[in-house]
Amino acid sequence: MADISSNFLGIKSPNPFWLASAPPTDKKINVLRAYEAGWGGVVWKTLGSQVKNVSSRYSAVDYHGSRVMGFNNIELISDRPLDINLKEITEVVKLFPDRAMIVSLMADNNRTAWHELIKKCEDAGAMGFELNFGCPHGMTERGMGAAVGQDPEIAKMVVEWVMEKATIPVITKLTPNVHSVVPTGRAAVEGGTNALSLINTIQSVTGIDLATLVPNPYVAGKSVFGGYCGPAVKPIALKMLSTIAQDDLTSKVPVSGIGGISTWKDAVEFMLLGASNVQVCTAAMKHGFRIVEDMCEGMNNWMDEKGFKTLDDFIGKSVEKITHWEDLDINYHHIAKINQDKCIHCGLCYIACEDTSHQSINIQQGNPYNTYTIKEEECVGCNLCQLVCPVEECITMEEHRVAPDYINWKMWQEKGLPLNDH
Amino acid sequence: MISNNRLTQEQYEQNFADIHPPFETDDAALVEANRCLFCYDAPCTKLCPTSINIPKFIKQITTENIKGSAHTIFQSNIMGAGCSKVCPVEKLCEGACVYNNMNETPIHIAKLQRYSTEIAMKNNWQLFERKSSTGKKVAIVGAGPAGLSCAHVLSREGIDVTIYEKESKGGGLMTYGIAAYKVTPEFCEDEVNYILGIGGIEIKYNQELGKNISLEELQINFDAVYLAIGVGLANKLNIPGEDLEGVEDAIEFIYHLRDKGYSAIPVGDKVAVIGMGMTAIDAATQAKRLGAKEVTMVYRRTENEKNCTQHELDIARLDGCATLWLASPKEIIGENGKVKSLICDVMKLGEPDAKGKPSPIPTGETITLEVDMIIKATGQNPYESLVSASHIKNNRGKIEITNQSTNIKGVFAGGDCVNGGKEVVDAVQAGKEGAASILMYLQIKN
Repeated sequence: MADISSNFLGIKSPNPFWLASAPPTDKKINVLRAYEAGWGGVVWKTLGSQVKNVSSRYSAVDYHGSRVMGFNNIELISDRPLDINLKEITEVVKLFPDRAMIVSLMADNNRTAWHELIKKCEDAGAMGFELNFGCPHGMTERGMGAAVGQDPEIAKMVVEWVMEKATIPVITKLTPNVHSVVPTGRAAVEGGTNALSLINTIQSVTGIDLATLVPNPYVAGKSVFGGYCGPAVKPIALKMLSTIAQDDLTSKVPVSGIGGISTWKDAVEFMLLGASNVQVCTAAMKHGFRIVEDMCEGMNNWMDEKGFKTLDDFIGKSVEKITHWEDLDINYHHIAKINQDKCIHCGLCYIACEDTSHQSINIQQGNPYNTYTIKEEECVGCNLCQLVCPVEECITMEEHRVAPDYINWKMWQEKGLPLNDH
Repeated sequence: MISNNRLTQEQYEQNFADIHPPFETDDAALVEANRCLFCYDAPCTKLCPTSINIPKFIKQITTENIKGSAHTIFQSNIMGAGCSKVCPVEKLCEGACVYNNMNETPIHIAKLQRYSTEIAMKNNWQLFERKSSTGKKVAIVGAGPAGLSCAHVLSREGIDVTIYEKESKGGGLMTYGIAAYKVTPEFCEDEVNYILGIGGIEIKYNQELGKNISLEELQINFDAVYLAIGVGLANKLNIPGEDLEGVEDAIEFIYHLRDKGYSAIPVGDKVAVIGMGMTAIDAATQAKRLGAKEVTMVYRRTENEKNCTQHELDIARLDGCATLWLASPKEIIGENGKVKSLICDVMKLGEPDAKGKPSPIPTGETITLEVDMIIKATGQNPYESLVSASHIKNNRGKIEITNQSTNIKGVFAGGDCVNGGKEVVDAVQAGKEGAASILMYLQIKN
């Protein structure tokens, strides 16, 4: 059996699954339930000057009958008094000393405020800090949250204030609401942060009520941009994570991966792209804390099958697989193949290829079932037919190299090879 | 003993409740609609005689465009609501659903079709606009599925339509010839009214061709005539004892059941139903549901050759109806003028006949069923003398048509009176095709 225990900057947890700073981690009763369910740690919901929230607060995007494919919130940082939060943190740490207790911070925009908050939290028993430079709504208007994370110079300055005072590890959480997360990530590392985490939520409008014409979520006839998260944002988060993992400076610090992680598979993917551990929120908000059971078991079984004994055996393994387009092998070619025994004759591959791709599928009319076959000479190997096919492994992509040698775009140009080969 | 009023009102209601209940909630319909793969050149549509764009109407349920969904259905089949209840979908759309090829439950197409069409009917959404009147007039004989379907297409194009119907209600076999647990008389009436909602169609009830009206008269008063008179008379068994009290025609039995109410319909203690088509099933199941103690379906071939679908036979079996295969009625024995028993030849299968089904051959042995009621459901005869009297070319009563036109100029025909008796959905399609030919004839469309 593999060992899934995690050590993040010396902060130990029985597994790499932390709950992200959010409503599930805003008070003792939730966090105790999370620990009882098996979560490895929590990032306590952001502390700072007390705020006031509105009603309602959430909205979601459903897709094809599936609820909450994407999730959006307009909540602010903790709206509970600081002293109550701190007292509860102390109590929770005492009850579960083996779990990670990170506290998310967003102090007012001055050095003293940060120093005071850090002192209080360390005294309460925090094991690490996560700096909230990412909240996209409500706090930005007050010069906090994403307003800090979107400006590398300000971010660096705040990190420096924090590092002057903090005696425990500091993670800087990055906002995705920038053209690239790397500049702020680099600034935070230059400022001395011990680690990075990403991504925070993405600014969004999830939809509009077509009866009232008011966007969601509804607050007395109005709405605001919210922070988008959940399964829909995972691919964006993975891309941003990869850029941090590939940068020569930011890759030197550990990263906590966040963004639409719902299953052990998602978690493994984040870790393969360089995350040392992961944080989860939306999936727990939708299903409850019980989802961690399968996350642990699934990761463990996968590691056993792959022969990985510890998390470090696979963290970052896929980072080098993401290259530049101009380094891709142009001589690689694969062609779709339809397994006629598995085909159910739905025609989805045909119409996708015919209307939007390369007209590479033959249709032979039948009553009621048509037969679909690939025109091998026309197929460019784009994968679209395989992606839309509802039957597992009915369409496979078979390798047919154009030539045995590796050749990339730069070499192709240097040799003056022809372009119009399809 | 043959008697009526065998059950309590609650029992009747329970026995004749909707056999395929609708979705109970919008969410349930959405879950099912979202299962649909939205096939291209969809097999379900190909096997629908009216070619309803099924993936499209289901997709429209998922986008909560129910009006559009109902329009998609009615555009191809104006009786789409009724067909969702009576179509043998297991051999049509649902039988073709690609999920069958995955060994998964096919999409409940009929149930989804019922969902959209019922909402449209309940809200009386009139989804088609009648063009301004062309001044052309068409007479249709028969307000069954073929006649109504033809009338609706014609009215959309601005034709003034008059339908002559021999019964006092419209709907034809839908109203008078289908098991009550599939469609209620109230539903049939609502459906006819919904179709008439477009305007431009008048139905004259209790008007029978050859009695109150003549073809000549219609030809004089209208620009074209469409005959959708269906089939009527039941095939005779032509065996001794057929006139005994207790021998009934399935069509008549079902007709009375629909017309008079359940408790008024007498059934025997032990009933034999002759035949194994859809009407035989409807007669057998309903005899059982009216309180008959034993019902036996008698068929001269085997289960492999049956005319009903497996699904229908399963319904009969679940109702407790027995089957007697390879038995052909030979003689009905009576006592005091009433049915006492049915003697059948025991058959075996021989060479295939003209239709490709193995011919049943008597073995020389007989079997006797003690029964007090016999319901004949061995098919119906077209109105041969009626059409022949009007000099309409026919094949043993089935009207012969070329491009929906009879041999008489301006007289068109379609539906059961042409094909000898098929599904409601086939008649709807025939009505559409008839209307298209009439529009060409009247030079409204080409």
